[in-house]
Amino acid sequence: MARRKPKLAVWKFSSCDGCQLSLLGCEDELLAVVGEVEIAYFLEATRARVKGPYDVSLVEGSVTTPEEVERIQQVRRQSGLLVTIGACATAGGIQALKNVKDVNQFIDAVYAHPEYIETLETSTPIQDHVPVDFELRGCPISKEQLLEVLNATLNGRAPNVPKYSQCIECKRTGTVCVMVSQGQPCLGPVTQAGCGNVCPACERGCFGCFGPKETPNMASLSRRMAELGMERREIKHFYRLFTANADAFREESKGHE
Amino acid sequence: MSKKPAAKKKAAKRTIKVDALARVEGEGALYVRVKGDEIQDVKFRIFEPPRFFEAFLQGRMFSDAPDITARICGICPMAYIMGAGQAMEDALGVTVTGPLRDLRRIAYCGEWIESHVLHAAMLHAPDFLGLDDALLIAKDNPELVGTALRLKKLGNTILEVIGGRAIHPVNFKVGGFYSLPKKRELKALRDELKWGIEASIGIAKAFAGFDFPDFEYDYTCVSLKHPDEYAIHEGRIVSNRGLDIPVNKFFDHFDEEHVEHSNALHGVAKAGGTYLVGPNARYNNNYSQLSKLAKRTAKEAGLGKVCNNPYRSILVRMVETVYACEEALRLIEAYEEPDASCVAVTPKKGAGYGCTEAPRGICLHHYKLDKDGRIQLARILPPTSQNQKQIELDLRGVVAANLDMKDEDLKWRCEQTIRNYDPCISCATHFLKLTVERE
Repeated sequence: MARRKPKLAVWKFSSCDGCQLSLLGCEDELLAVVGEVEIAYFLEATRARVKGPYDVSLVEGSVTTPEEVERIQQVRRQSGLLVTIGACATAGGIQALKNVKDVNQFIDAVYAHPEYIETLETSTPIQDHVPVDFELRGCPISKEQLLEVLNATLNGRAPNVPKYSQCIECKRTGTVCVMVSQGQPCLGPVTQAGCGNVCPACERGCFGCFGPKETPNMASLSRRMAELGMERREIKHFYRLFTANADAFREESKGHE
Repeated sequence: MSKKPAAKKKAAKRTIKVDALARVEGEGALYVRVKGDEIQDVKFRIFEPPRFFEAFLQGRMFSDAPDITARICGICPMAYIMGAGQAMEDALGVTVTGPLRDLRRIAYCGEWIESHVLHAAMLHAPDFLGLDDALLIAKDNPELVGTALRLKKLGNTILEVIGGRAIHPVNFKVGGFYSLPKKRELKALRDELKWGIEASIGIAKAFAGFDFPDFEYDYTCVSLKHPDEYAIHEGRIVSNRGLDIPVNKFFDHFDEEHVEHSNALHGVAKAGGTYLVGPNARYNNNYSQLSKLAKRTAKEAGLGKVCNNPYRSILVRMVETVYACEEALRLIEAYEEPDASCVAVTPKKGAGYGCTEAPRGICLHHYKLDKDGRIQLARILPPTSQNQKQIELDLRGVVAANLDMKDEDLKWRCEQTIRNYDPCISCATHFLKLTVERE
């Protein structure tokens, strides 16, 4: 008897679409993935909509509007496993920069008629609103990690996604440390691995797309970056990028106000 | 249950509703109200939540702008990385030339290939076949979808080799690159690019056989124009109505207005009227600068020197893909590694403009910097904002010409009409709802 294919849904909240695009970016594997799951809801790829419940939901984006606060509850209710994908869904994304300022100033800066705009004062990750089964980091996510999570989920095992730092990844691939050899500021020591150490490989310091690693030593890195000549404001801005609202980065950046 | 009214009884009130438009990047909605034969209202709504990029940039260093603005869009990050980069270079008085300029153009060709093929084959083609998605095309024609995926991958690979990553590449900065791409990896792209030229011609031919809806519009086409090349990442802003201005005069001629039904600002021409940006605008303005092979592909696909049928933009995208593969190949063949990976930049007070041809049309950046190089003002005008009004006009024309269609068919035709634009609603600020009310 043929096994029923698991139903996969892909949901979007406030985001740039880059992470769900990573699924379509699995050019070599896409048709194989589609052979194993039923794409039940994936607006960026198909008009077809199969009703829930869904076995696996991938959620991209952060919560920034009253409508999204409601919608994430509906998504959770219809989903077996809920996997958040990307820096917006797991930390609030670049748009969480508004959390540190008065949102009305922002609206005035971009829109002529602020009264037309409905937005919350904060951009928050999905786990602030509903229980999340697995978080996939990155701005954008790594498609290898996405495939690993799908594969693991379909086969009923835990995904093999490391929580260690970017530094481990650099050492493993033999990438020369840009901080030690060139004195460049680098968030690698406090950032979770997973991108394929793309920045140090380009002779550039990591800027934290995958968010804080487990138990990061923030104070030590800040001190080192100050010794390298970074001003307080520069250090603050360095932590305030795509995962600015992740606890460790947020608190350390506040210490540099 | 009462019997269905006959189609002739147009006074009967009918409502068509689609929860969310598919195969676009973002969240939006369409509202159409028809009374008898009269279209009373057409609104293409965007309610992608606003993300306030211009505001985040205030107070940050000029060097942060390319990476931050890239996050506006995961499909066309180059349009932001390069537009912001060039605007900063304009403000700081530096120019990137020679092999560094060529590398930028090659990378941009990569983005055109990746984005055009994603849209043409995966998002747009299913409409012409009456299918929900490209995966259903793969059931009947796995070879076509396989070719498209390989071609899209080629575009992504170019971005990986030059930019370090396909989505939100990391190797670009104001003044050039953090490091030069490995020459060996760059040269290794040649064979796949040769294949890509033939593959994109093949897809153009396959799509040329589609049944294109009969609709044309006398568009005001706005695009970049460059004296020496089919404009991609540099040029003056021109139109088919005689406009010819440098990029820094853009806001003298165009403006944005904030309308109630959309979270994206609408682009408008100050002289009045709407305008079109994107593949058809570029093709109409710069046809003569396409390569011989791209022109031949266009001709064999049934395109003239001007294309005012928005549905045929799928063919123009494939013609541009042929060109982008050829151009990337040409530049890679000629590439000689420069001594430095970037031009040095020194922070200073100033203002600058940058404009490139994103896959969906011109994307404008303007910044003002203080004496330390901190951003005082940022203004970004993405292509989909500029096309919003024109999309509404197209929809108006399409609905008017097809009032006799059944609701379900008209709904699909409207969706297809919006997809002609490959609208990137994330860029414009996403969730497309379609509501047609008939009174």
